[in-house]
Amino acid sequence: MGLNMTGKRRVVVSGIGVVAPGTPGRKNFWDLISSGRTATRTMTLVDPTPFRSQVAAEVDFDPASCGLTAAEVARLDRVGQFALVAVREAVEDSGIDLGLGDPGRTGVVVGTAVGSTPALESEYVRMSGHGSTWEVDESKAGPHYYDYYIPSSIAAELAVEVGAEGPVSVVSSGCTSGLDAVAHAVELVREGTIDRAVCGASDAPISPITIACFDAIKATTPRLDEPERALRPFDKSRNGFVLGEGAAMFVIEELESARRRGAPIYGELTGFASRCNAYHMTGLRPDGVEMAAAITAALDQAGIAPTDIGYVNAHGSGTKQNDRHETAAFKLALGEHAYRTPVSSIKSMVGHSLGAIGSIEIAACLLALQHGLLPPTANWTERDPECDLDYIPVRAREASPEHVLSVGSGFGGFQSAMIISRSGATR
Amino acid sequence: MKPHITGLGIVTPFGVGVDPYWTALLDSTNGIGPITRFDGGKYATGLAGEHTGFDPRDHLPARLLPQTDRVTQFALVATREALDDAAIPDGTYSEHASAVVTANNGGGFEFAQKEMQALWSRGPAHVSAYQSFAWFYAVNTGQISIRHNLRGAARALVTDDTGGMEAIGQARRQLRHDCELVLAGAVDTNLCPWGWSAYTSAGLMATDPDPRTAYRPFSPHADGFVSGEGGAIMTVERPDRAGARPAYAEIAGFASTFDGVARDGRGLERAIRVALRDAEVDAGDVDVVFADGFGTREMDDREARAIDAVFGPGGVPVTVPKTGIGRLGCAGSALDVATACLAIAKQVVPPTPRYQLSDAASALRVVDHPAPGRVHTVLVLARGRGGFNSAMVLTKPHTELRQDNGRTQ
Repeated sequence: MGLNMTGKRRVVVSGIGVVAPGTPGRKNFWDLISSGRTATRTMTLVDPTPFRSQVAAEVDFDPASCGLTAAEVARLDRVGQFALVAVREAVEDSGIDLGLGDPGRTGVVVGTAVGSTPALESEYVRMSGHGSTWEVDESKAGPHYYDYYIPSSIAAELAVEVGAEGPVSVVSSGCTSGLDAVAHAVELVREGTIDRAVCGASDAPISPITIACFDAIKATTPRLDEPERALRPFDKSRNGFVLGEGAAMFVIEELESARRRGAPIYGELTGFASRCNAYHMTGLRPDGVEMAAAITAALDQAGIAPTDIGYVNAHGSGTKQNDRHETAAFKLALGEHAYRTPVSSIKSMVGHSLGAIGSIEIAACLLALQHGLLPPTANWTERDPECDLDYIPVRAREASPEHVLSVGSGFGGFQSAMIISRSGATR
Repeated sequence: MKPHITGLGIVTPFGVGVDPYWTALLDSTNGIGPITRFDGGKYATGLAGEHTGFDPRDHLPARLLPQTDRVTQFALVATREALDDAAIPDGTYSEHASAVVTANNGGGFEFAQKEMQALWSRGPAHVSAYQSFAWFYAVNTGQISIRHNLRGAARALVTDDTGGMEAIGQARRQLRHDCELVLAGAVDTNLCPWGWSAYTSAGLMATDPDPRTAYRPFSPHADGFVSGEGGAIMTVERPDRAGARPAYAEIAGFASTFDGVARDGRGLERAIRVALRDAEVDAGDVDVVFADGFGTREMDDREARAIDAVFGPGGVPVTVPKTGIGRLGCAGSALDVATACLAIAKQVVPPTPRYQLSDAASALRVVDHPAPGRVHTVLVLARGRGGFNSAMVLTKPHTELRQDNGRTQ
């Protein structure tokens, strides 16, 4: 008992917390993505006028009403605030009393692609007089500058919050961070180093330097009209992603201990693998061979066949290159079954929050299993001959798959794939 | 299956390569001096362990230079060195079973400062296209994987100064699953004004302007650390990988813990005990401890308490090889693991450069001169700001001991 077919301890999710574009909270997130509404809009966090891409998916975030104290707001950049709010929701949702167990058996793993970039940028602007000097004035640094410099401060904050004294780390592999961080925590539980973890990812990248760097490579959409329809994954008219922000955090536990305490179980994390394309820091091989290899290895770890996959939560960033690459990868890994499998990209609704989105998409998969409803790809109206799968256009679809696949793809060539299974599906 | 460390790629203030570093360490050469890359006089601390002679054009193709920060250049150079040291030619490994795991603290920060300046003084149109990937924390992992066609599971970790050791620990984990070769470790540099001020403004660095005395962990005069640049990337292999060379050392045990709110050194003690148990060795088997040596009285006292608690007062020789070059951010712990490998291969305990025995602030038995003798089991400790602790046990390989960088073959 408690072991999967490869003899490893089994790991389940018992709590979910989400801060996604729109209104924070797990339920608000699900209401948004299951209704097919979008949270993309003309940027408000930064004056958009100097930039090529002027749309973002922003969280309507009031720290005080989310329960944060003035001290927490003062020491944490927005990324840390999101993470803390999401952790509190996840822990409450799981009903776990983390004070009961050995704190050395609890770990924390946080994914983030760019950490506290907005706070770093503010520090820079102040210390350099708006970039007027190369040397900076250290006396103008704020009291938390070092913590913004090294994002492991976010993991430390969460570890103190939940009383964890096991392994604590940040996994920062760019846009696959949200999948990789959860997988990292799962590995620690499987191998027996810990019994439970708080894990997930957070990013709040909307600041001038981030917008400018994606402008420079034309990765974000230049579309100015219809900001609510700006991100169009797999659609013929797609022309780039929309920057997003947010966090999703989970409580994960070894299956048997979760059962013993009667925990609510959203699903089991049964398979994960990642690969590197070793090709280009921002480019993708059109054949999708590394993502396909990651999917195949993840299926193997879960001990299931391609035909067992009932839904694919795509990376679907809405760039010409990504969506073509990903479609090819699904066909390679799933064969003919790819044509029969519903695929969707929730980025159409919540944007691309870099490292956070992988965890937000895991949350979407778990909630889809719970509700028997697959979130759609909003803004899909016109078929691209190179993207010829079933993308669940516009409206959510009722379905109760046993196993779902979530994938991510990011700069550096990273490709990750995770299998999430209905609890008991592999028993 | 205990993973083998078979090749070392080292960059330090003494240059590129194992030999200049090891020679300088045994001679207790001081690699700390006034900063030359910018005007260190404008900051609370103007001393660093800087690699002043580094010219990336000596090591890397021209096309890589405009798209990489100094930290990534160090990473690519160290990786090449490690593969060469392990005698692993490119393309001789199974590409999907070979991977990269690095740690980072700040990413390509000097590169980012230049682009920040372009953005804020000239406008968004002046930001380089390379900024989108030259800064982020995974940049070294990505660039290494591309250069050497390493397509297995890549990862990048951030855990403050324990990062380099965490990356090596993660390599061990991946070798147990689906990898046969992992390039693991970290390099770091904070030597640009924007990065440097993150450290100076935190108030933890030594303000003593004398490069000979500024960084002296476990001394009653310790008042902070000096920061250095460089680090180590190493080849970590399954011992049964076809063509694997004799190893420097085996990774026998590893543990990481978090302090929690107490911050009393017991988190580090727990990491030591778990790592020893994981390695299936007793405290009495440990020949030497490579200490973290943070360099403030409070942090040094906590570490001394943790070591005393496990080994008894003065119960084990302790060395802090980094006192000659400073703390290398997340990379210091990777370099300490590499140094432990060299100590095992050469059967010499390296000294704590410039340590004055008369200066002892604790009961620790600090090694101040190179000590030839039995070095079969080494415990390496690392800590990061915020409460991170890691401990790794390295042992002499059961196969024939590798001598003098493997040149015996």
